[in-house]
Formats: sequence, structure tokens, C-alpha cells
Amino acid sequence: MAFDYEKYIRPGKLPHIWCPGCGHGIVMKGLIRAIDTLGLEKNSTAIVSGIGCASRLPGYLDFCTLHTTHGRGMAFATGIKFARPELQVICVGGDGDGVAIGGNHFIHACRRNIDMTYLIMNNNIYGMTGGQFSPTTPMGARASTTPYGNPDPPFDIAKLAIGAGATFVARGTAYHASQIDKLLVEAIRHKGFSVVEILDSCPTTYGRRNKFRSAVEMMNNLKESTVSIKAAENMSPEQLQGKVITGLLYKENKPEYIAEYQKIIDDAQEIYR
Amino acid sequence: MAKKIALLQGNEACAYGALYAGCRFFAGYPITPSTEVAEVMARELPKLGGKFIQMEDEIGAMAAVIGASLTGMKTLTATSGPGFSLKQENIGYACITEVPCVIINVMRGGPSTGMPTGPSQSDVMQAKWGTHGDHPAICLVPASVQELFTETVRAFNLSEKYRTPVTVMPDEIVGHMRERIEFPEPGDLPVVNRAVPSVGPEEYLPYDTRFGDIPPLAAFGSGYRFHLTGLNKTADGFPTNKAEVVQREGERQLRKIEDNIDDIVLYEEYLLDDAEIAIVAFGSTARSARYAVNEARKAGIKAGLFRIITYWPFPDKQLAPLAARVKAIIVPEMNLGMTIHEVKRCAAGNSKVTGIFRVDGEPINPGQILDEIREAGK
Repeated sequence: MAFDYEKYIRPGKLPHIWCPGCGHGIVMKGLIRAIDTLGLEKNSTAIVSGIGCASRLPGYLDFCTLHTTHGRGMAFATGIKFARPELQVICVGGDGDGVAIGGNHFIHACRRNIDMTYLIMNNNIYGMTGGQFSPTTPMGARASTTPYGNPDPPFDIAKLAIGAGATFVARGTAYHASQIDKLLVEAIRHKGFSVVEILDSCPTTYGRRNKFRSAVEMMNNLKESTVSIKAAENMSPEQLQGKVITGLLYKENKPEYIAEYQKIIDDAQEIYR
Repeated sequence: MAKKIALLQGNEACAYGALYAGCRFFAGYPITPSTEVAEVMARELPKLGGKFIQMEDEIGAMAAVIGASLTGMKTLTATSGPGFSLKQENIGYACITEVPCVIINVMRGGPSTGMPTGPSQSDVMQAKWGTHGDHPAICLVPASVQELFTETVRAFNLSEKYRTPVTVMPDEIVGHMRERIEFPEPGDLPVVNRAVPSVGPEEYLPYDTRFGDIPPLAAFGSGYRFHLTGLNKTADGFPTNKAEVVQREGERQLRKIEDNIDDIVLYEEYLLDDAEIAIVAFGSTARSARYAVNEARKAGIKAGLFRIITYWPFPDKQLAPLAARVKAIIVPEMNLGMTIHEVKRCAAGNSKVTGIFRVDGEPINPGQILDEIREAGK
């Protein structure tokens, strides 16, 4: 039987704003399947975002949803989760939102290790504002603000997350659609802060300027430029040259912030009763 | 039973006022001269089962208190000048999404890093115009440690009642002074909680004006699910560009405050009945002004004091008739002239209005004000 996505879509809120060929819809479907697999309750799941094309995702989904300010989704999510830990909190956004203007909230969320998931759709560009280079735009790439090619080196989001202390870091692509929900299921189940980066494509504002002839070509590029962490084990450094590794990249168990804070509450209440 | 009495610092009183009002969530970032608010909250909240979090920056702290408030909690953040500037972005978000929260801004010298340990009253315009766009603003300016307690409680009440952020702005002198405070017992001061939906989840809309200009706000996790956005929105919380809806919603958000000015505006009149010269002042400056008024009276000059307690909305309704009956108004303030423009607007040419402005980090002393009173009385 075909999967019933509509069960999770807010009535009357489609069509979405995403352009033809954009991968965000694929990612949204992956998130829906993950939520379905986990059996998350609509009333006890909050989906939060910042600003940008990817951040429009929560509005389409029938949960407690919050579309916040640019880059701040993670900080709003922190307030929600810390105030009401019984809520499942998922934050979503794009690369500009997450690691440029929201970079500080991102790294500190990684460090703090609150039990939430951050789904970051990385299409290497500011799409909503018309294609300016982002902190993940490759060097040399054309954007509306790098008309002569990008001189600005990019972040590796997954490495950034690991370096900042995230306890679960995974990477997938919009091409590998069936892997998205699997990564998200694991991420959401993980007790601690989990980051799932999905490499995505923006044919409208990135592809046009960077010699991609079609959305399909961009999707194929996601396939060709990536290699799974399993396959990478048997590949030589030469073979891995220029490839981006996908799959579960990092996982460890560390004390979770809210659980730790609860101990402080318990002790304080014991002492001052 | 005797009331509990203590010698308390203003910032500490502010934190205890928040707890009295039912605040159980604080998110902040260290900044002089407001940090004691955070320190008391860090110590006291866990005892009450509440939550304290020190965020990565001021912007994140403001975001966290809005997020936490959306789960139904009463939430507080505290900051000062530069931090208040940073918070403006998300204060605007709280305004448009209509999420209650309280912001303490202990005023220090500025602009920029300015004078971190010096007192100032120069953020009063930022409290109204700091975030972009038209939006409601409620700002309270207490003048004593006791009043910092009671006004913080009132800030929470107004925030919950009108579904809007409220700013409490002691100047650094009020924030850091130590005075005797009488702790109100539970029940002594009213404590207001936000309206909850009277309709079921299927029917609920976050901006349902069938319930008036201040629609009830449901909490995330309470069985209601809905969407909020910082974009201009319709009754269901979803974005719209429809001209008539945007216009109507914008006007409603201002009307929430404008229609309830009498409930919000608090002030104190001292010896104004027969006054020929009125001082309009607030915060620590009003304390100097009161002393100067007493001295002037001893010298036979009919001076009086109008003390602003609610700065925004501005007490137009009281100041306009005052200006019509006094010869002169003096506005002492620790800035280079902010309140004076509001007072002149209210006076509408009916009274001479002069100012005493100071930004050197020193308080405006009674002698300075007395000199000006004498000058005006000539």
C-alpha cells in the first residue's frame, strides 16, 4: 500500500513554495516517513525553523510548528524543549540559516547536547533571496554576489557539528531519498543532540549559474559526488578525492543537558524542601 | 503576621518579583549591570522546579524565552544596553506573534559599550522604537527596590493579559541600590495568567478575533497544535500578503494597548495640586526631583513632581492637562534629551518645557534640579 503522506500534511497548505527540481520536498517526505516510523504524536511534536526556503517546511506539517527569525530556530527550539522536555523537538533549516547567521546557536546547541534533532538542508546557496553565496558554497562557484567566482572557503557542516560536540552526526542527500528517513529515525531516537545534514540542490539559483543544465543533472551530481561511509572504507585516498562521505558519521553517548539539569532541580528541591 | 523584610538590591528584587509572578523560566546572557537578576534566578529557579539557562548570546536568550513561553510558562530575560540592542530582533518576533514574556533592561550609558557601570536613562526610545515595524510597547520604569519588585510582577501581569512582551527598565542606580523591601505575601498582589482557549483544538486559531483583540494563546504540548510565524499572518497563524488583513492585524496589535491605556499607565503625582512648576521625571532621577521639590517648597516655590512609572504607553492623558495649568515643566533625565520631546508633544505649547540632561555617568542631583526650579520660578 502506498504511504499516506497526507496524514501528516496540514489540510489546505499545499502547494508548497519550492521550485520544480528543488530537493526540499524530498527531504520533507523523508521526515514524514521518519515521524511515521517512530510513531510521533502530532500534539507532542514541535517542528521549529528559521528563515529561508527550507525553513518553510514546518508550515506544511500538521504538528506544533514555529517559523521563527533568521538563524534563530535552534535557540527557540532550545527554549521549547528545555521548558517542556516531554515534547519531541525537531528543528529544520537551510545552510545560510543554520551555519551563517545561526552559526553561534548551532555550535552551542551541538555543545549543550539537548535531546533534539536538527535537520539541515544544504543546497549551498541563499535561495529565497535569489542566489547569494552561503557559507557552504564551494570556492569558485558563481552566485549573485560572487559574479567572478566564490573566493570564500566553505564550511563542512558535519565536521563543524562533530567539532562543536554534537553526539550524533549524519549526512545524506536528496538523491538518496530512502536513506533520509532511516538517518532521521536514528537521529531522533538518539538521546542527545543530533544533526542530520541533507545535501540538497537548488536548480533555480545555483544550478543556472553553475553550468548545471537541469534539475536532474543536479540530482545526479548529488549521487556522483558522494560515497557512503561503508563504501568509503574500501576506497583509496585517490578514489575518495573530491567525494563527500554520507551515512552515520559520528555517534557517542554523553550526558544530556536536560537530564543533567533535572538532577540540579531534584537536589535543590531536596535541600530546600 | 509580620511581613518578611530584607535589605535587597534592585536587581535582586526584580528576580524575586518575577518568581512571585509565577515566572519559572529564565534565559539570559551575562551583562553588566543586570547580571544579578540572572544570578538570583540561577540560584532560586531549581528550588521551585523552574529552569535557568545561560544562552550563547542575547539573541538566543530572547529566542529561548519566547519558545519557552509558547509552552505556557511565564518567562524572563534580563539585559542591559548592548544586549537590549541585540534582543530587538526577537522582541519584534514576540510582538507580531503575540507571545508574552518579560525583558529587564538595566539602563547603562551608551551607545555601544558606552559606560557599562554608569547609570543612564537613554534606552527609553529604544523600548518603543527599537525593533523595526509598528508594534505595541509596554515599558515600566521603577524608582525603588520595592517598586522593582512590584513593577516586575505587574510586567508579567500586563504581558499575560495583553499577550505582548513587556520591558522593565530600571536605571543602573535603581538596579544596584540596596533598600529595605517588604516582601508581599502570596495574594497581596494580583497575579494574572494568560487566557487559555475556550474552544477545542479542532476549532482553535491562534489569532481568532471572535474572542476580541487579545485572542487566547494555547500552549504547545497542551493538545492544541497550531502554527506561528514572524510573517504577517491571518487568524490561523499562517502567512498572508492580503492588504486588508495585514492592515487590520497591524491596527489590532496597536489597539490592544491603546484601548487599555488606563489599565496600563501608572504614575505618581507629588504636590502637583497647586504647583506652578512641575518636574516630570522617572527612575532614580525622580528621587532627586522629589528632594528638589521639597526644598523648593521650603523656599516658597510651588513646585511639584509628576513621576512616570509606565513610560510606554506615555502618560499623555495626564501630562496634557498638567501642562495647561503650570507655568513651566522641567524634565531632568540621564540622556541628552528624550523624554522632553514626549513631554513637549503633550504640552502642545501650553507650557514652557526645559530639560536637564546628563550622560557623564553621574546622577542628576537635587541641587541641579533646584537651580532649574529657581530659574523657572523667576
